[in-house]
Amino acid sequence: MRIVNDSLLFLVLRRMRIPLIVMILIYAISIFGLVLIPGIDAAGQPTAPMSFFDAFYFISYTATTIGFGEIPNAFSYGQRFWVTVCIYLTVIGWTYAILSILALLKDEGLHSALARTRFHRKVKNLSEPFCIICGLGETGGLISKTLDQVQMRFVVLDTRAEPLQELELGDYQADIPALHADAQIPGTLLLAGLKHPHCKAVLAVTNSDEANLAIAMTVRLLNPSIPIIARAEHAATAANLNSFGTNFVVDPYALYARRLGLAMRSPACYQLVECLTRVPGSPIPEPHQPPFGKWIICGYGHFGRAIVNHLDSMGLHDNIHIIDPRPTSPDDHLSIVSAGTDANPLIDAGIKDAVGLVAASDNDINNLSIAITARELNPDLFIVMRQSSSGNSALFEAFDANLTMVTTQTVAHACLSYLTTPMLSRFIREVEKQSSDWAESVLANLLPICSGRVPYVWTTRINRVKTPSLTQKMLQPEHHVPLSVLMTSNRNRTQSLKVQPLMLERAGQITLCPDASMALQTGDKIIWAGSREAWSEQKLTTHYTNALDYVLTGQVSSGSWLGKYLHS
Amino acid sequence: MNLEKVVFGFFILLAATLNFGFFIGDIARPELHHVYELFAAIVVNLIATTLKFGDRTQIGAIHLATSLVADLQLIAAAITWGVAVHVMQVGMTPEITASVVSLSGGALFANVVSVILLIAETLMMRR
Repeated sequence: MRIVNDSLLFLVLRRMRIPLIVMILIYAISIFGLVLIPGIDAAGQPTAPMSFFDAFYFISYTATTIGFGEIPNAFSYGQRFWVTVCIYLTVIGWTYAILSILALLKDEGLHSALARTRFHRKVKNLSEPFCIICGLGETGGLISKTLDQVQMRFVVLDTRAEPLQELELGDYQADIPALHADAQIPGTLLLAGLKHPHCKAVLAVTNSDEANLAIAMTVRLLNPSIPIIARAEHAATAANLNSFGTNFVVDPYALYARRLGLAMRSPACYQLVECLTRVPGSPIPEPHQPPFGKWIICGYGHFGRAIVNHLDSMGLHDNIHIIDPRPTSPDDHLSIVSAGTDANPLIDAGIKDAVGLVAASDNDINNLSIAITARELNPDLFIVMRQSSSGNSALFEAFDANLTMVTTQTVAHACLSYLTTPMLSRFIREVEKQSSDWAESVLANLLPICSGRVPYVWTTRINRVKTPSLTQKMLQPEHHVPLSVLMTSNRNRTQSLKVQPLMLERAGQITLCPDASMALQTGDKIIWAGSREAWSEQKLTTHYTNALDYVLTGQVSSGSWLGKYLHS
Repeated sequence: MNLEKVVFGFFILLAATLNFGFFIGDIARPELHHVYELFAAIVVNLIATTLKFGDRTQIGAIHLATSLVADLQLIAAAITWGVAVHVMQVGMTPEITASVVSLSGGALFANVVSVILLIAETLMMRR
């Protein structure tokens, strides 16, 4: 869009109009005066006035204060009077022009125009796939840090200036184009590269459901081929987003309720899923087992409702007690109207014989107060807390609830796993169906290779573009390429890489934890978990024939394609 | 009534009329083409150009272009005049006068286009 560059030039020209006119007038008046006033020669006789050229020449060096005393004859008194006036006039004129330019440089409008131009240029020059992140709050910040870690490029839009300044100061590997603008305005999204050929996805992760909806709508209409990932706190927004085909709607509360249900059913499955969806490099999550029994839900808002729905579906309908300050109709559950921050309503709800409590209100301090009171009344309670603001992290850590649901982190983890490994959601659905024993066996293989940190998760597609050397080898009929090739080090083939295949998809059919001896076929997609080093080593094997030959046969073949061609 | 529009129209018309005043008269007779007229035409043309800065519309762009053409032609005329009188010191011979006046004639054409654009723009405005 050339409009951006042009508008900058026009803005400068428009602001400089009056100073320029003032300068032209001052020059014209000065020159005209000199042309009218007669001069004087060495003998004291009056001579003709200066010509236009002489006058222009004289004013040019006087006005710019160069003071080049070159005109041969001394001036007459008339000329001296006029030149005195000219000197003051032109100095005032220049000062005014320079001050106008300085004021223009400090101008807010010019700055934003400059920022837009710079941003547009950076986006235009992106030559790798990138996604657009709208909203750089806690969620957006976490997403951008992790994407930078896995070397995916992205563009950031936010309506506030502070997070963008932090982004500039932050420790990022890539240069991140960022703009202080409202992503709800379609022009902003276009500027951020919505129609750029490398744009791969748009993330609407602002704090406002309304803004996310507007962004998703803009993307759907202006570039329908691009996937949208949108955050929705209200069920109505989620339904609305789904209605026009948003690819991935993140409802953090429903997602968390589902995870909690999984943990109740099988702690190992829960740990496996958490381990694969968190930010790579963070500590491995602990296994948790929320007990079956009587649960107290404090706060029947979006989160409370999502939890209750899920517990209902697990057959705990009669064991749920709801405490909420608003008189709601909680679908014929037992309920008490109270904030739940003091002991009496908790005792009334039967805290003594309850097994779990969810502090689900949207006020962090109330949640802490509820949890502290409840733990005093019944120290064995399993406590799940909702944390809305990351500013309160220190308090939540100090309390140390069994599980803490941080809204922003839940959204970020979901977005990240969708962006980096789209197939992972299918794997997670499969895990939800599996038994604890199965999950424990997967974890037993996985945990030793991650050395206490959440592993990287990635997908390998077996095709000519993504894995050229492997595909070439598979085309030769006598070659049988097993999965173990991708799990062997290409430096020393007796060592295996720190990777674990999680799932293999072939023509729509999936195999969980495929066996290492399984033969690969073109079109296979494999999800892996493992260390970053293993990932890059595996990439080398799939791209470089000599490395693949070594892994397959143990023979060190060397030389380029040209060398081999000439040799044979 | 908009004062800015009055000033804008005034300068465009004045640029054209002054240009015309200099141009009119036998092309080779220096006494019919006074240097003050050329000076005034140049100054007013420059001001008219500056007033046209910063209009992003299509018609604004053409306005600016015509003014720049007129400036260029008039300044070329002034340089020809100055070089003939001061550098070559041949004075205003009929040939030099003719080339100065024909350069200003080109500028006059550009100025006329400018005036036509101004009138067209005014007529296009809905009441």
